[in-house]
Amino acid sequence: MIVTKDLTHKWFTLFAEKVIQEKEQLSEYDRIIGDGDHGMNMARGAQQLITLWQAVPPVHLSDVFKQAAMKWISGVGGASGPLYGTAFLEMAKAVGAKEELSNDELVTAVKAGFEGIKKRGKSDIGQKTMLDLWAPAVQDLEKDELTMATLQTALTKTNELKATKGRASFLGDRSINEVDPGAASSKLFFEALIEAGEFGGN
Amino acid sequence: MVTNIGIVMVSHSKDIVKGINDLIQQVAPNVSITYAGGTVNGDIGTSFETVQQAIEENTCHQLFAFYDLGSAKMNLEMAAELSEKEIEILDVSFIEGVYCTAALFEMNADLTVVISELEQLMVK
Repeated sequence: MIVTKDLTHKWFTLFAEKVIQEKEQLSEYDRIIGDGDHGMNMARGAQQLITLWQAVPPVHLSDVFKQAAMKWISGVGGASGPLYGTAFLEMAKAVGAKEELSNDELVTAVKAGFEGIKKRGKSDIGQKTMLDLWAPAVQDLEKDELTMATLQTALTKTNELKATKGRASFLGDRSINEVDPGAASSKLFFEALIEAGEFGGN
Repeated sequence: MVTNIGIVMVSHSKDIVKGINDLIQQVAPNVSITYAGGTVNGDIGTSFETVQQAIEENTCHQLFAFYDLGSAKMNLEMAAELSEKEIEILDVSFIEGVYCTAALFEMNADLTVVISELEQLMVK
């Protein structure tokens, strides 16, 4: 797949719309194993991004990532602001001045985002976090495909994990079989990519 | 003489930082202390904007920063990376850590003494 600015703009716009649409559900997941504000926080940043782009659409490919990063960092707060903000910022750095990405370059950018989340959250896969959605998505993208089935399986597997990072880790075993809100919103992020992109197997 | 290092506190609750500030004003009235508590609207949570404001409003260039929970730390880290100030984020017990630092800064204790006291209060 070739990733253009327009495709990326569509990807992030769809993500923002999905976040706003699902905000109640995301907050509900967060009420069970966190502090209950994930949906509201994410939707605030998402709305700010949509409003910005309605006034001034992004010009360059890296603008999409940079502007999303700034809205998430400044507008979202909590844990998801710095985590998504760092991911988008690292993706912007990986994209640099390129105006088009090959599939390999897309993988490099998404991996940079993944590493950014790891660094900011001092976390790793298997701890019931958004990383458990990002890792299988990266693996799929490496094969130039990304399917809803992969994302659904990843979320189901993440649900089964016991949280060992973040606020949910205080719940210990009670976090098992609950949905991690960050993993759920990360699923929306990659669903938006599937819808914006042109993969074979969706 | 008081130290030239300031203190920044970040909490999910405006009342927590307000309370700690009241407590440490008794031992360190001359230390530059600024804080961010809760979201922009005063709800429970953390916001990058209020953290950045607390950092910039502090009169000192060098800052010791304290926080209550993980996301407060993440917002602190982001703000520290984007600030020109020298910011040390300390993974110590919140109230004791701030209190101990403030008291030692007030009497201009040697930095090595402050660090060694804080090492006893590390939580992670």
